[in-house]
Amino acid sequence: MKALVRAVVVVVVLVLLNALFTGGLIPDFSISPYFLQILSLAGINIILAVSLNLINGFTGQFSIGHAGFMAIGAYVSSFMSITFGDRIRASMAFAPESVRNSALLLVVLAAGAACASIAGFLVGVPSLRLRGDYLAIVTLGFGEIIRVFILNIDAVGGARGLGGMPRLANFFWIYLFAAATIAVVTRIVNSSFGRTLIAIREDEIAAEAMGVNTTRHKVISFVVSSAMAGVAGGLFAHYLMYIHTNSFTFIRSFEIIIMIVIGGLGSITGSVLGAVLYITLTEGLRGFAQYRMLLFSLLLIVIMIVRPGGILGHRELRDFFSRRRRVAAATPPVVSG
Amino acid sequence: MRFGGLVAVNELDLTLEPGQLYGLIGPNGAGKTTVFNVITGVYRPTSGEIRFKDHSIVGERSGKITRRGIARTFQNIRLFGEMTVLENVKVASHCRQTADLASAVFRTPAHHTEEERVDRQSRELLEIFHLQAFADEKAKNLPYGSQRRLEIARAMATLPRLLLLDEPAAGMNPHEAHQLMDLIRWVRDHFEMAILLVEHNMKVVMGVCETVHVLDYGATIAVGPPAEIQKNPKVIEAYLGGA
Repeated sequence: MKALVRAVVVVVVLVLLNALFTGGLIPDFSISPYFLQILSLAGINIILAVSLNLINGFTGQFSIGHAGFMAIGAYVSSFMSITFGDRIRASMAFAPESVRNSALLLVVLAAGAACASIAGFLVGVPSLRLRGDYLAIVTLGFGEIIRVFILNIDAVGGARGLGGMPRLANFFWIYLFAAATIAVVTRIVNSSFGRTLIAIREDEIAAEAMGVNTTRHKVISFVVSSAMAGVAGGLFAHYLMYIHTNSFTFIRSFEIIIMIVIGGLGSITGSVLGAVLYITLTEGLRGFAQYRMLLFSLLLIVIMIVRPGGILGHRELRDFFSRRRRVAAATPPVVSG
Repeated sequence: MRFGGLVAVNELDLTLEPGQLYGLIGPNGAGKTTVFNVITGVYRPTSGEIRFKDHSIVGERSGKITRRGIARTFQNIRLFGEMTVLENVKVASHCRQTADLASAVFRTPAHHTEEERVDRQSRELLEIFHLQAFADEKAKNLPYGSQRRLEIARAMATLPRLLLLDEPAAGMNPHEAHQLMDLIRWVRDHFEMAILLVEHNMKVVMGVCETVHVLDYGATIAVGPPAEIQKNPKVIEAYLGGA
């Protein structure tokens, strides 16, 4: 019940923010389209970072193929809305325009997420047997295979890229899904299933010995993470209305990794912080675009030296509010035996 | 069990009855830990059979074997270091839970009742092992003796019928080892499970086990009650070398 109330509050706040930013709420007020776009892309990055953190930060399986799943979500949902969009909208002729668009967006995002999760399953089953560097390289390879595969399908534009989908996503939808992603990942991590994921990160052999089917749990976490990347891809496509495989190279995967490493692997708050920080820096440094990656490498090195666990480490936002309790709990009474 | 040309454990014939406390000893490299790894599915035996409650468990994943009711501790402690003591125990109880991922995402009533039950049971288990004061402490920050006890508590949370303890007294002082003996006996009586104990501390082995099984170079050299084993010339030779 409380969760339902909270969800309604989130939706209302997002509707108001959306109306405010696009100038519908106060006629004279609207923030610049440039700033709105940055905000929206930051929201998509939040979805990508938080979902990747589930697999990299909490389950401890270092995957560098997230852009591939994002690409599948983007292309599948775009193909759907271009090919069947009019038919789906026509089937709901009784409803107002905005409802029809929203319904279409949900349908194509669901299709994108489903395909991305299937791809996640197919990639995850063989590659999650590997550990550490090997897993990283295999997922990197799979991500590129997905991209090159799409590049060679002429039906989705091939090297020309794919355009012509309606602009269905906006600030509201992007942040609604970002909030949903954060909520779902938080709940997974703070459940019994989530504890087994963290246990796998800590010691896979011990986790298996405690009755956890580690392969199964790793694949589930990988599939969930891929589905969320698919949603992010779908939103990305229906926000920019044009996609090209160049947007989904391994560089994109690395960007997401940088976000979660800066914020702190194993912290959802950290991923959000990392995503926002990353996009702020990339946009802020647009003037020196050619030195940007240099600066990021420097930033990463500094963070590795000063705070090897990322800015927040494993801590979450709520840990800062309940600091007193934690300090009290950290000093147990001396017990003999 | 062979590794390439090396026969690590040869023709081991070992039967445990419910409620039995069985000791497995032998000099370094005798194959004691290998026996554990074969039983728990870490290694697949090259020949022979392992039956548990009339089921052959050869070739099953170790997670599956644990769910069947065989739990173990590790000689070199393998706790989930970054997790709290309480969470360590809760992870182990996951295999006895029914609420699934969907119930966790939607926070259904079933999820909440199960979380409460698991929390209560895990805290009870910590109390048995005198770890309740450390419940919210990270496992890696525990003193060594407590980490060993947590290993046992965590294995107990999987509700085993057979518990394999791999050198539980290693690194403990005589006082701690003595308390551990009482604890092992109490656990056996209270939960009515069979315990297979590998241990170098002879006081512990001779003190708690009803039957002691001696391995040397992978071969059984003696089986019997502790008093007989202590006098067995073959055992003395294996440990001290031939005269």
